[in-house]
Amino acid sequence: MAKRLTREEVAHVALLARLEVTDDELDMFTGQLADILEHANDVEALDVSGVEAMAHPMQLRNVFRTDVIVPALDRDEVLSQAPSAEDRRFRVPRILGEAP
Amino acid sequence: MSESPTTAIDIAAAVRDGRVTAAEVVETHLAAIDAREAELHACNAVLADEARAAAGRGDAARAAGATLGPLAGVPVALKDNMCTRGIPTTCSSKILEGWRPPYDATVVTKLQEAGAIVIAKTNLDEFAMGSSTENSAFGPTKNPHDVTKVPGGSSGGSAVAVAAGFAPISLGSDTGGSIRQPAALCGVVGLKPTYGTVSRYGLIAFASSLDQIGPFGATIADAAATYNVIAGHDPRDSTSYAGAMATIGAAELAGDVSGMRVGIISELVGAEGIADDVKRRFTEAADALSAAGAKVEETSVPACVYGLSAYYLIAPAEASSNLARYDGVRYGLRIEADNITDMYTQTRTAGFGPEVKRRIMLGTYALSAGYYDAYYGKALKVRSLIARDFAAAYEKFDVLLSPTAPTTAFGFGAKTDNPLAMYLSDVCTIPSNLCGDPAISVPFGTGDDGLPVGVQVLAPALGEPALFRAAAALEGSAP
Amino acid sequence: MTLPDGWVMVIGLEVHCELKTATKLFCGCPNMFGDEPNTNICPTCLGLPGSLPVLNENAVELAMRIGAALNCDILASTFHRKNYFYPDMPKDYQVSQYDEPINLNGRLDLPDGFRVGVTRAHIEEDTGKSTHVGGDGRIHGATHSLVDYNRSGVPLVEIVSEPDMRTADQARAYVTELRAILVATGASDGRMEEGSMRVDANISVRRSETDEFGTRCEIKNVNSIRSLGRAIEYEAARQVGLIEAGDRVIQQTRHWNEQQGRTITGRVKEDADDYRYFLEPDLVPLDPSPEWIASVRSELAVLPATRREAVAAATGADASATAVATVVDLELDQLVLGAVAAGADGRIALARASNEVAADAEGGRGLDVAAFTAVIAMESASEITATQAKTVLGELLADGGGDPEAIAAKHGFEAMDGSVLDSVVDKVIAANPNEWQRYKDGDAKVTGFFVGQVMKATGGKADGKAVTAALVARTKA
Ligand SMILES: [Zn+2]
Repeated sequence: MAKRLTREEVAHVALLARLEVTDDELDMFTGQLADILEHANDVEALDVSGVEAMAHPMQLRNVFRTDVIVPALDRDEVLSQAPSAEDRRFRVPRILGEAP
Repeated sequence: MSESPTTAIDIAAAVRDGRVTAAEVVETHLAAIDAREAELHACNAVLADEARAAAGRGDAARAAGATLGPLAGVPVALKDNMCTRGIPTTCSSKILEGWRPPYDATVVTKLQEAGAIVIAKTNLDEFAMGSSTENSAFGPTKNPHDVTKVPGGSSGGSAVAVAAGFAPISLGSDTGGSIRQPAALCGVVGLKPTYGTVSRYGLIAFASSLDQIGPFGATIADAAATYNVIAGHDPRDSTSYAGAMATIGAAELAGDVSGMRVGIISELVGAEGIADDVKRRFTEAADALSAAGAKVEETSVPACVYGLSAYYLIAPAEASSNLARYDGVRYGLRIEADNITDMYTQTRTAGFGPEVKRRIMLGTYALSAGYYDAYYGKALKVRSLIARDFAAAYEKFDVLLSPTAPTTAFGFGAKTDNPLAMYLSDVCTIPSNLCGDPAISVPFGTGDDGLPVGVQVLAPALGEPALFRAAAALEGSAP
Repeated sequence: MTLPDGWVMVIGLEVHCELKTATKLFCGCPNMFGDEPNTNICPTCLGLPGSLPVLNENAVELAMRIGAALNCDILASTFHRKNYFYPDMPKDYQVSQYDEPINLNGRLDLPDGFRVGVTRAHIEEDTGKSTHVGGDGRIHGATHSLVDYNRSGVPLVEIVSEPDMRTADQARAYVTELRAILVATGASDGRMEEGSMRVDANISVRRSETDEFGTRCEIKNVNSIRSLGRAIEYEAARQVGLIEAGDRVIQQTRHWNEQQGRTITGRVKEDADDYRYFLEPDLVPLDPSPEWIASVRSELAVLPATRREAVAAATGADASATAVATVVDLELDQLVLGAVAAGADGRIALARASNEVAADAEGGRGLDVAAFTAVIAMESASEITATQAKTVLGELLADGGGDPEAIAAKHGFEAMDGSVLDSVVDKVIAANPNEWQRYKDGDAKVTGFFVGQVMKATGGKADGKAVTAALVARTKA
């Protein structure tokens, strides 16, 4: 049986997911998520050795498109939906660090 | 003009024959919406102007001698997670409120080419996460049979639209039962087709390997007619099935099940929480198939019982990644902040509701370093086991049978504080999504409370013909 | 610059190259550098809700060419999502090949024969481009940033080397050779200045008596092969300095600052770096047929190393000579080989091709082999001088062709009679007795003076080599 999910783990996951949770929410989510994971513990007893992971229901392979240009979207239509735009580009607040 | 037609098939025939105009059809349905929408809140948007304009174009085309499509003049309601160009598409989330997509989903194009008229965008659990439509950021949808009860979800709005006569047909999306469960709770037909038969292009993703668009209809025939229109290979969806797909026709809809091998999934009938009245109706349904000449037997699909556990790791994992893009940069909500990281966090914190946050965090956890193998990796193997057991069952049976939902429609707030209890509503529907197989919910009488009960028919991948045959038989014998 | 005695540097390179496709990796938007911002965008490369990716077959073909050229195993592969938030990445995940890349276990031989292992060469999508406003255009100190998604979804192949290189020269040679291969196979245009080829260097140092690798730093933002050498030498010296001072190297990303000639701290690896890789459910596995792989291998362009050997064999030059590399890089090798096959002197053909013709490579690639051969033949037969040959070549290139003999005749180029040259040389010596004395005393610097004087007196018609020979003959008289 896996150990029960902790508050710290939930806080870390919220950080990774760019979500802010209050202390009360952290308690609530920790309890709820721990219950769900505990329910999932029934699969832990299952012997799945030698079983292939099934990431997808359709066993397709090699789906391609040909390298032919398709008309692009209209920039004005796209930028009209942007929360903030400047000089033909999407404007964002200052970025704190380099991309990984 | 005598009695106005109500089913999609009759409407299309009448429009083609000139017995009624598309404009008249649209007005009839707008009037139905007017009468009950305020009470039911099935729609995020009623597209009266657009529908009238489309009807006008259709009628003009007919006058000009054009050949009309199979759904000519038929109003259709779309779950508000399918992109409609220039028309707000919200996923019932604050984070997408007001967003106008610059493109149409493939299903929208196909429906329009068949002559159908989009009349409304319908309410859903935010990002299709839920089983009651209570997770909509814009307020819940009510069950038209009893407005104190939920319509099911997540495609609650689309189920209600058909149940309340807002449109003869509608589209929903089904990731773990989101078409079939509300169909059962609202007393309409709901189909989740084989994964890959209906394009996902333009369907806002919840869990990509599980999501599938499908129709609601008041009748099996309408669901089939809609399926025939929306199914087909789409080169814009890499997971779209490229082989031959069956068209459902009169042969299937005749519902001849003599000699058909029907297996009752004992694990699902006996699952925790299946109500007695639902069980009774289910037994009647199985008996009815038997009486119609099918060979009905109980069978075991052992790994079936792990479906819920596998699903609640796989679906949130995919969702956590699919929903990362709602970051306030390119579209939708933004809460301004001093720097980009704070902007992301504040936007997502304000824009997503609690159920969406819960699933994003669950999925992030299941994928994160150190837990991947124990949770996500394990769940994918369990998914294999489930698929294997179903494949074995289909060696012996043409279709399988189970209840669609454990209970009839439940009250508002009954399960909102206990996510796990809510998730258990999907115990019978989830396995088909994990396997990619088709399944349909057919109304079959009512429960002790007088509310609709649904019976689910399951078939192997691309087994829609057998599925519809059994479904039509059930429809014909329903109380 | 080298490291102090007793230290060894260990270099591994990660090279990202943009593939030369017409469209992006997963959508039909143009793969085009330098267009108006946000004009090559669609739902897919903007990450709009509901959009889906479909793999570009030609990108796979080009990736396989790279694998074939680097002697990789070309395998069945899959795509994963690498999850992290960043504004230039519209889906907030990057689609990349992770544990099952298309190309594995390759190698690249440097011109001097040194072999560098290639770990893998996998397909992934490029990000958009941010422009930072305020703060001198740098990310730090900027007030806000602006994002252009034209580059988002452009197909990349990331080529990861083994940490086999031990000197900056080897690293430079690796990138030079890799670039030549990418261009030759048509997979990429290899333009570092436009960012279509980007090099990150993983550098560590260790004491020569141990086998244990030190902590490495990743150097980014290296924009030319020259900078790569400088950055590596700077960084290795920095690490040795730290360790010798009793400090330790911290694993981090560092940026090369070309103006300051140093690397500066970039991003420190954080515990929060958790990319949650999982199979991209919107794509299906890639499993090229054996026939497809075989056709890519068999139709692969002749690689630069083989072409250099051919030029070397035909001209008598060393395969690692700069002139040989130049004509191969500029695709002038067919011109040289054609001329030699037609009987031209290889040494002269190589010299003219790698200098005068190389100065106008585009014209040179269109130059008629027979005309080029004729010029070389006239020069090697001393019918015209080297200077005159350059003039004739210049006109051929400028005019896009012509008759070399007619051009030579038009300029009055003709072989100078030996007796005429002798008399001019005698006159020049007589007029410059002091310089002649210095020449006789062995001052080689005045050779040029005498050649110049003779050229002046003959209107440039004398052959420089003949003048030198005449001077030498007179010292022995
Ligand atoms: Zn695009």
